[in-house]
Amino acid sequence: MISAKGRIACQGAACAKAFEIKAPQKAQSTSDAYLSVDEELERLENGLARAKEELEALYQKALTDLGEEQAQIFEMQGMMLDDPDLADGMRDLVKKGAISASKAALLVGEEQARAFEALDDPYMKERALDVRDVSQRVSRAVEGASNVTISEPCIIVADDLTPSQTVAFDRKFILGMILRHGAMNSHAAILARTMNIPTLIGAQLPESGTLDGKMIALDAVHGVFYAEPTDEIISEVQTLKDNFHVRRLRLLGLRGKASITPQGHVIKTYANIGRPDDVEMVLENDAEGIGLFRSEFLFLERDDFPSENEQYKAYSKVAQALNGKLVVIRTLDIGADKQAHYFNLPHEENPALGMRAIRICLTRPQIFKTQLRAIFRASACGNVAMMFPMITCPEEVLDCLKICDEVEEELKAQNIAYKRPQIGIMIETPAAVLLASELAKLVDFFSVGTNDLLQYTAALDRQNQDLGKFYNPHHKALLKSLEIIVKAAHDNGIWAGICGELGGDLSLTDYFIELGFDELSVTPGLILELREKILLSKAICQNPLVNK
Amino acid sequence: MSQEIIHKINDPRGMHARPAGQLVKLLSSFESKVQMSVAGGAAIDGKRLLLVMKLAASQGDELKLVFDGPDEEKAALDTAEFLKANM
Repeated sequence: MISAKGRIACQGAACAKAFEIKAPQKAQSTSDAYLSVDEELERLENGLARAKEELEALYQKALTDLGEEQAQIFEMQGMMLDDPDLADGMRDLVKKGAISASKAALLVGEEQARAFEALDDPYMKERALDVRDVSQRVSRAVEGASNVTISEPCIIVADDLTPSQTVAFDRKFILGMILRHGAMNSHAAILARTMNIPTLIGAQLPESGTLDGKMIALDAVHGVFYAEPTDEIISEVQTLKDNFHVRRLRLLGLRGKASITPQGHVIKTYANIGRPDDVEMVLENDAEGIGLFRSEFLFLERDDFPSENEQYKAYSKVAQALNGKLVVIRTLDIGADKQAHYFNLPHEENPALGMRAIRICLTRPQIFKTQLRAIFRASACGNVAMMFPMITCPEEVLDCLKICDEVEEELKAQNIAYKRPQIGIMIETPAAVLLASELAKLVDFFSVGTNDLLQYTAALDRQNQDLGKFYNPHHKALLKSLEIIVKAAHDNGIWAGICGELGGDLSLTDYFIELGFDELSVTPGLILELREKILLSKAICQNPLVNK
Repeated sequence: MSQEIIHKINDPRGMHARPAGQLVKLLSSFESKVQMSVAGGAAIDGKRLLLVMKLAASQGDELKLVFDGPDEEKAALDTAEFLKANM
């Protein structure tokens, strides 16, 4: 059995055999053989006409199955097909000679797709997929190749899906989808939500071709899938699936309710997100705010530092979408298991104890300042807070605050709109726990990163799967630390939350309430479940926050 | 003579592919030529979907359209109405 994670694009669960869809054909893979220019031109015209008919048919199918809005995607693709850049581009290339109509279609499509990929706007970048979808359709039409058909229930496994692939499938056979790539605003993800198909995107799939036909248990509630699962896992996921809709319906009834215990303790349910487009799931699940917005996505999988404006756009977009609800941005937490080559970080024997997170920021203040400026500016567009990761002592916080002051001065002098956000720190080292009272005097809030705190407190490598019974997520030392942290926070009049995985552990919710935590931040899919637990909790808060 | 309209994009998602497609469809129905630009950038042919999409207009951006031709007045009026309702 293998298990791996993915981001949830549509919640639900399913068990079925995998149907693997190969990556769409690339220009290189088409045969290089070609006929005379006139013959290839004729083939191209026929292909264009047939592609046009197919898109018209897809438009009609989508109109019936999904409604006008989704159907317009295919109308739009039909117009792309008419666009001189695409159709005339293909014609011109064929006229030059020595190329097949099919290959010309792919090459021109690829060129246009690249132009979209080069855009800054993440939504428009995704449209490269539409361009490829259209040009590949022409290429297939020229070759007379048929589209993939599915005739038995399965879970689709693919690198990514084009909108036409997604719509062409017969909904009743698609029990779930697992995609290696994809973004929340890709057509596949949007259509998955419209059609209510449990879907993971950005999934850690093994090498392509290895899962085809294998049994898959898909748990798109917790964001995991299992290939060749044990009977135990199958029955677990099957139960999840059977109960999902009833349960989901009941949970959706909790939207709009405040997370407050029968005894009157308010413990807010916030969401953890890693990308701006995760906001969709945040709103759908009615989180009361975002307790952890990881900023690493801006820095990973690229070749150079993101600009202040790029960061500002990403942060302000989320702040605006949340419409006054709190958004806590965690400043850069790179290093250890998250590497970006252009930082040129030296190799380390113990990266978890090395140059990571705030240590990088304080060593290279220019990187830090750019991010802080973007956050201060985004703060003017909504209710924004930020927190520093990997803090171990008051001096580090003071250094950070000093840089914050400089940033504020600069923005003020430049007459750029900004607002100083609430400033907090992550408590994720035993050192910070021991010094919590001193640290609480310097900041506006604490947020506990339980994963790292457990790793550092109990000497348990979070990446090591072989620690067996020693890996106890409820380690007494961790639970004791939580008590110290809330007490220090509340004694000093600041709020404290949890944004690590433990926050979503429902067997501990009562304990968190008793300790007096003010906020729990969990993956969006767990928000309503957690809220239900809080609404029914009999726990009595022993240490409420009394605002000074 | 020509007609000019300026529209500030209100949709928080910016100009999305679907409305962009609908806009180009509308513009193509006019006889007049349409030049489109965003925030003072270079003008493009408003009847070409790929070019319009590549403008990547986002919320707050000012979209400028210049109509030139026999039906320019009607084109400007209809387009202004469409923009107000859809982006």
